[in-house]
Amino acid sequence: MNWTLALPELVLALSGLAILGIGVLPKRNTHFACAMAAVGAFLLAAALAIGAPEGSAFGGQIVSDAFTRFAKVLILIGAAAGVVLSLDYNAREGLDRFEYPVLLVFATLGMMVMVSANDLMALYVGLELLSLSLYVVAAFNRDDERSAEAGLKYFVLGALASGLLLYGSSLTYGFTGTTNFDRIADALSDPSKASAGLVVGMVFVIVGLAFKVSAVPFHMWTPDVYEGAPTPVTAFFAAAPKVAAIGLFARVLGGPFGDLAGQWQQVIVLISLLSMVLGAFAAIGQSNIKRLMAYSSIGHVGYALVGLAAASEAGMRGLLVYMAIYLLMNLGAFAVLVAMRRQGRAVERVEDLAGLARTDLSMAVWMAIFMFSMAGIPPLAGFFGKMFVFKAAIDAGLWTLAIVGVLSSVVSAFYYLRIVKVMFFDETAGALDPRPASVSFVMTASGVFTTLFFLYPAPLVAAAQAAVAALLG
Amino acid sequence: MNAAGFPLLSLLTFLPLAGAVFILTLKGEDKVVADNARWAALWTSLIVFALSLILWFRFDKTDPGFQFVERLDWLTDFGITYHMGVDGISVLFVLLSTLLTPICVLASWDAIQTRVREYMVAFLVLETMMVGMFAALDFIVFYVFFEGVLIPMFLIIGVWGGKRRVYASFKFFLYTLLGSVLMLLAILLLWYRAGTTDIPALFQHAIPPAVQTWIFLAFFASFAVKVPMWPFHTWLPDAHVEAPTAGSVILAGVLLKMGAYGFLRFSLPLLPHASADFAPAIYVLSIVAVVYTSLVALAQEDMKKLIAYSSVAHMGIVTLGIFTFNVQGLSGALFTMLSHGVVSGALFLCVGVLYDRVHSREIARYGGVAKIMPSYALVFMLFTMASVALPGLAGFPGELLVIVAAWKGNPTVAFGAALGMILGAAYMLYLYKRVAFGRITKDDLRGLLDMSPREHLVFAPLILLAIWMGVSPQTFLSFFEASVTALVVRHEAALGAARLAGM
Repeated sequence: MNWTLALPELVLALSGLAILGIGVLPKRNTHFACAMAAVGAFLLAAALAIGAPEGSAFGGQIVSDAFTRFAKVLILIGAAAGVVLSLDYNAREGLDRFEYPVLLVFATLGMMVMVSANDLMALYVGLELLSLSLYVVAAFNRDDERSAEAGLKYFVLGALASGLLLYGSSLTYGFTGTTNFDRIADALSDPSKASAGLVVGMVFVIVGLAFKVSAVPFHMWTPDVYEGAPTPVTAFFAAAPKVAAIGLFARVLGGPFGDLAGQWQQVIVLISLLSMVLGAFAAIGQSNIKRLMAYSSIGHVGYALVGLAAASEAGMRGLLVYMAIYLLMNLGAFAVLVAMRRQGRAVERVEDLAGLARTDLSMAVWMAIFMFSMAGIPPLAGFFGKMFVFKAAIDAGLWTLAIVGVLSSVVSAFYYLRIVKVMFFDETAGALDPRPASVSFVMTASGVFTTLFFLYPAPLVAAAQAAVAALLG
Repeated sequence: MNAAGFPLLSLLTFLPLAGAVFILTLKGEDKVVADNARWAALWTSLIVFALSLILWFRFDKTDPGFQFVERLDWLTDFGITYHMGVDGISVLFVLLSTLLTPICVLASWDAIQTRVREYMVAFLVLETMMVGMFAALDFIVFYVFFEGVLIPMFLIIGVWGGKRRVYASFKFFLYTLLGSVLMLLAILLLWYRAGTTDIPALFQHAIPPAVQTWIFLAFFASFAVKVPMWPFHTWLPDAHVEAPTAGSVILAGVLLKMGAYGFLRFSLPLLPHASADFAPAIYVLSIVAVVYTSLVALAQEDMKKLIAYSSVAHMGIVTLGIFTFNVQGLSGALFTMLSHGVVSGALFLCVGVLYDRVHSREIARYGGVAKIMPSYALVFMLFTMASVALPGLAGFPGELLVIVAAWKGNPTVAFGAALGMILGAAYMLYLYKRVAFGRITKDDLRGLLDMSPREHLVFAPLILLAIWMGVSPQTFLSFFEASVTALVVRHEAALGAARLAGM
């Protein structure tokens, strides 16, 4: 019984409760103090996660290894940036209530439990903690119809997904007699024991997770929720939970179901293909930039899943590198979206960026860098993510996936270019309001990473490699 | 190992980028910033050019291998290193890039008045990408630079271009990207098979002929669009017409060479069998390009479009030369690439001179310019003649070598290429006649000023080169002789070995 392994989670849980106390007790508005405390808690948890010893604890319920370290650091970076992005926006929109940072802390705690779960039960607990917090923050702007609708929609579909996941877990439990990942892996080490019922259970688990990562055909909630939720919430959704859910995907399919790769590979290939194609084509017609980014994120999940579909060490490595790069460049792009206000009101049409290069050149340049990076144009970071996953696909002989993938990346380049075009080629639609320092900070940090990643990519790749080595044993 | 004693190629590659960053930090009034940006860009590119002259003097012409080699760890565990170097095939293209950039900066001095700072940054970034691409000795590094070119060029066409700039820039970007991503897959396959993307190491790696075919097709998708070969050339007239003058110069001068360079650097040495198999198809496409686009050029009303189509025709000669697989053909192709870089760049500058004054590219808008602007007419004539391959000027030696080489293999092909030369003379002379000679029908033309000292300065190095290349082609040919011979020998050895194995 080694509870120190769970120290980051424990610290975060206690901080969450403490911040709740700070928020409730004083009479005045404590949003800012709570938000700062939440960021502090995230940084502390990240430091602890980096230094955490390896092993398993709580009767094999959770593990700590290079993989959890990698995923946790990413999640905490995403969560901290999510809080920072919300500071100014929430104050201006009248959403500066202390519950917001508290909810994000608990969501993050859920994510950390998810990625360190080594048991279907722990996985479910973490996932539900995350989901319940997210349902609430999606509807955080409760007086706004669209936000309320987003929350409700997310709740209904998310509950369905959780149900499917739970059903899949129970089938798995029924056919293997255990919920522990290591035991399941042992039970499946002889693939002849993999009965049809178990495969059905596994497919249900995959469907549940596909909902969470918004992979096609389980993506329907994404555009509506992204559009309806307040922009910083969307920024948060598109960053940390995505990494956590993809990490969970890798953990579940690479760990307990690793020996059934032949069975799940075809499912992943299919959802990856569909996600890439839909993400590319559906975004073309969007005029709302948050909706556009929703489809873009669906496409990115498709690319990341190419790595998973390869079902190899190189593929998993590509997946993790892709998600790390996606997280960091996406935060920058959403920082720009959060900064989009004109005359005190948040605007979210693509045309609202028109002529940004004339009114705020540095923001336009960073946004262009994010867009080119998402389109996968070298030497920006996004290219390297794509390179690693496609390399894995080719190593595994998945030519259809690789060819459809690169072709859909050309299609998606069209709408990323459209944003660049609107900012640089079009006449100005009037200046945006001055952006707050918090947004500039996230944008610049993310932009510097995206631009300069090519100089020194080795550390990230090496960290992903170590994570994969831990994951696949 | 490194003849310069310091990392010359990296310096050439990244110094422009440093200049770009410096320009981005400029602050102050718009007009002051614009002026400072111009001077900073000019000095940066001139210093880069001066440094690149070290390559000209210190390059060992007898060595067919890579020189000025640099190597740094990058993603070493995966077989990718930052590996730079030049051989006879690439060294002159590095020089061409570093020469054309200051000329472009100077040519845009007055023509660009809006967002000068961003413009200069885009050009310097473009220079980084171009030099890096020609100097890269790792396939992934090459691809990074090759694709990276798209970003500044997209912005140059889209922000400072003409009326249909948005259409042209999107077409340019997406067309090129579509070809390139397929090449990326081929690179990844090579990487998988060889475990490295180091180009000299890949040369040692034999690829089975069946795989070669697929890789060749993927490379072809990228390079044929970039060259551009008929029928993948449709982006070029649009991009050329809409791009600002300096953008067209770089596009014609350097970016079009990237495709042909790719064929020479990768397709031929890595895929000898597929190259030999596809050579007849390339001949057909090249001949169609030469004859068809020449005819199209004859019918153009727009000066820039005419020169754009003539570029496609000249590049047809280049691809023809490359796929003859003999020393004359390859040398001729390389020479034509260089001379086309100089001459078509200069022709676009000639159009730019008129455009800056009259703001029209329509041929019918002019007439009798020779009487009003005599020294301009002389410069324009010189480059017209160079473009139609008049002996003694830059265009001639390369085209002659290609036709001789083609004749050796297949007289019909040589006939097609020669037909292109005749048509080339027809459309260029027809253009020159309509613009420079005849009566002055448009009265507002009478007030045009002849070329300014700045414009003379822009043309001076190009005039010098156009004559030098024509009078003393051996100066330039000697650079690539050793590398080309080695390439041909290796190509024949690879084919010969396969033939022996097949017996």
